[in-house]
Amino acid sequence: MPDTSAIASSPTIASYPVVVSSIVRSVPARRHRLPARRVGLVIALSVGAVLMLFPFIWTVVTSISANGSVLSTPRLIPSHVTLAGYRQLFSSTIGVPIIRVVINSLVLALASMVLGVLSSAMAAYAFARLQFRFKNIVFVLYLATLMIPLQVLVVPLFIEMRTFHLVNSYIAVLAPTIASATGVFLIRQAIQTLPTDLDEAATIDGAGHLRIFFSIIVPNVRPALATFAVFAFMASWNNLLWPLVIINSPDHMTLPLALSMLHGEFSTQWNVVMAGSVLSIAPILLLYAFAQKYVVQGMATTGLK
Amino acid sequence: MTTYAGSRRRRGRNAGIVLLFLAPSAIPLLLFTFIPMVTSLWVSLHSWNLLTPMRWVGLRNYSSLLTDGMTRAALLHTLEYIGGYLPLVYAGGLGLAVVLNRRLKGRNFFRSLYFIPVVTSWVVVALTWQWLLSPANGLVNHWLSLIGIHGPGWWASTTWAIPAVILASVWKDIGFVMVILLVGLQGVPQDLLDAARVDGASAWTRFWRITFPLLSPATYFVVVISLINGFQVFDQVYVMTGGGPNNASQTLLLDIYNQTFRYQLVGRASALSWLLFVLVMAVTVVQSRLQKRWVVYA
Repeated sequence: MPDTSAIASSPTIASYPVVVSSIVRSVPARRHRLPARRVGLVIALSVGAVLMLFPFIWTVVTSISANGSVLSTPRLIPSHVTLAGYRQLFSSTIGVPIIRVVINSLVLALASMVLGVLSSAMAAYAFARLQFRFKNIVFVLYLATLMIPLQVLVVPLFIEMRTFHLVNSYIAVLAPTIASATGVFLIRQAIQTLPTDLDEAATIDGAGHLRIFFSIIVPNVRPALATFAVFAFMASWNNLLWPLVIINSPDHMTLPLALSMLHGEFSTQWNVVMAGSVLSIAPILLLYAFAQKYVVQGMATTGLK
Repeated sequence: MTTYAGSRRRRGRNAGIVLLFLAPSAIPLLLFTFIPMVTSLWVSLHSWNLLTPMRWVGLRNYSSLLTDGMTRAALLHTLEYIGGYLPLVYAGGLGLAVVLNRRLKGRNFFRSLYFIPVVTSWVVVALTWQWLLSPANGLVNHWLSLIGIHGPGWWASTTWAIPAVILASVWKDIGFVMVILLVGLQGVPQDLLDAARVDGASAWTRFWRITFPLLSPATYFVVVISLINGFQVFDQVYVMTGGGPNNASQTLLLDIYNQTFRYQLVGRASALSWLLFVLVMAVTVVQSRLQKRWVVYA
């Protein structure tokens, strides 16, 4: 996934997080003249919204249709609703242990999120609050990694994992996602906006850096941590390329990988493939519903999707 | 800010603290970004199939890539993809942003809704669109047939494979572009627009003479990100067309993937990774040079 936060460091775009949070907050609509034109706009927007939502509706409809009816003429309202697609998805006949795959995806995404937030926040604290030699050079090296997307690293990473005999292991899927300069950058900006009085008071009271970090800094930059956490979770949950390269046994697969494999083997059984798709988007839609502000903010700030 | 100037002992202790805070991210970055980057440069100068020992070939991987028909085609398809995707997603996102920047009932609802495809996984989006655009029994061609149009072969046709991928990509990313441009629109000063209105400028003129130029930083952001992502287009192509039919939608990253895992040409794939990296860097640098000519900062 390409990182572009370096661009976000330009002065105009650096102010994006603030503005984004203001646009995702709700603003009450004010009454206005020209109601006819407004109604027209709302109708156009609704049509657009239906078009945007339609592929999802079609995914769900297909997943609860019988495969035979799917194959003849596409029907928006299935002639009879059936869970056969889901039943087959969870059965052993498809060659992918789907429950195991979901658990793999979930555990890997949570681990990537927790480790990513922790390692990024700690580095962010070092860059924002500690004085050390070569600090600027080290920071520039961190930023430089933003210019190297995971995509161009898959081949050398694969070779490296092969050298360590880690091909087809969970650790290999997880390892390259742990450290993120994007996270460091995002959280450092948040720490820099905090006044230093609290840290200084704590230092006088004898608190060490670890104590200051965990009991003063972390609670005060929770929005930035949440933004990055949501982003890290989604990036791992949705990632295809790296698991595709490094995993080759069904029981180590993640959901996107399993779906693309199912698709290859069951290319005519759309109800099964779409049932798997529903399984993959449901948790993300839930996350989006509850953490919408952080999702939108994170993506608009970092340019990562 | 906490400083420890002067005391040597404090400085020594500080180094330990710095290491403690940096290690959790520095070690993975070193292991999984810097070292692979360097080894890949080394591998790119060799001929290697992962099994037999590496053989030094110098720059021959690079020179052969530049004349390789498949790689050229992959570059061309990637450019075609970007050429179709970027104008469409920008125009669509701009339209949505302008409309949803007005005071409308339910605009927050619409904003959230148009953003949903952005958060879903590429695999799911590609699968759904492949099904929608299925030439024989997909819904889109079925509807087209109802109004008397014989739909194209979409991902099964050499001409329509890339347009099909573009269509799905624009649908997925339009909400993202909308959000970036909405942020930009918040930065357009209302008093400027009001002053122009008082002076008799039409809505059309106000948009093109004031709003659009002041939106240029956000436009720049969208263009840079879309280009970086566009050069590395993979997931949607891998799932929707697999690079086919007959390699008609083979892109650069797909070429890297195939060279490594299908043909075991690891040296060549590494060289192509480096070329892709240099290409993306070059495009970004050129962009940042050019932006001084067209980006207006209010």
